[in-house]
Amino acid sequence: MSADIAAPRSQRIDPKYNRARTSRGSFEMVAWLFMRLSGVALVILIFGHLFSNLMLGDGINAIDFGFVAGKWADPVWQFWDLAMLWLAMLHGTNGVRTIINDYAEKPATRTWLKGILYVATIVIVVLGTLVIFTFDPCIPGSTLPVCQ
Amino acid sequence: MSKTSSGTLYRGHEGMWSWVGHRVTGVVIFLFLLVHVLDTSLVRVSPGAYDAIMGTYKNPLMALGETALVAAIVFHAFNGLRLILVDFWKSGTKYHRQMLWGVLALWVITMLAFSIRHLSLAFGGH
Repeated sequence: MSADIAAPRSQRIDPKYNRARTSRGSFEMVAWLFMRLSGVALVILIFGHLFSNLMLGDGINAIDFGFVAGKWADPVWQFWDLAMLWLAMLHGTNGVRTIINDYAEKPATRTWLKGILYVATIVIVVLGTLVIFTFDPCIPGSTLPVCQ
Repeated sequence: MSKTSSGTLYRGHEGMWSWVGHRVTGVVIFLFLLVHVLDTSLVRVSPGAYDAIMGTYKNPLMALGETALVAAIVFHAFNGLRLILVDFWKSGTKYHRQMLWGVLALWVITMLAFSIRHLSLAFGGH
């Protein structure tokens, strides 16, 4: 019977030299594409946010609880701010993840920094989402139409 | 990234500096975003708590910081659109330098308009 001779280096290649598809799949490609798609959306969302809050009317002098109540009484601005929160947090988190991967060399350091990053992201996204959805614009004496 | 390389085609030129600018502005914007969600969350604590924190943003000194933050956002936005053109437009890599000058020109125009409006509102006073 013939012996089974493996092809040279077959299955013995150091994983770090193996460019074949791994279990990570196309995650990095999806992340790369997400940065570009969310980037375009964020330019529109954030420029609109800055223009309506800081350039129109009395600008920064007008921003107080009543200003926020007036905005979030409108579902369009609720959706606008929710989309901005999620896209900006995911875009920023992926950007900082890339920077950690570039500069932190020790595996333990990378794990810790990314762990702190992901915890911060989850806390901020959950908090912001809850604030938008549970916000009550009606305080005593409010003149907003939704409070009548 | 090599820590010792020098004299490459890339190092020290427009491509490298736009990349550095994109990273630095990105981190600054992300850190502000974390703070900004926290300060906005005070609307759920009480109207008084929210108005108090917004009062600190209305300090004229803070207006300069807000202008610097918007400068970072506008650069990151325009340079990000340039990056997309470099990646997806077939002549993008050929014109990446010219596009950077375009980004900087648009950035100056946008920031002149923003600064005049925001600083006159903030310093014009109420």
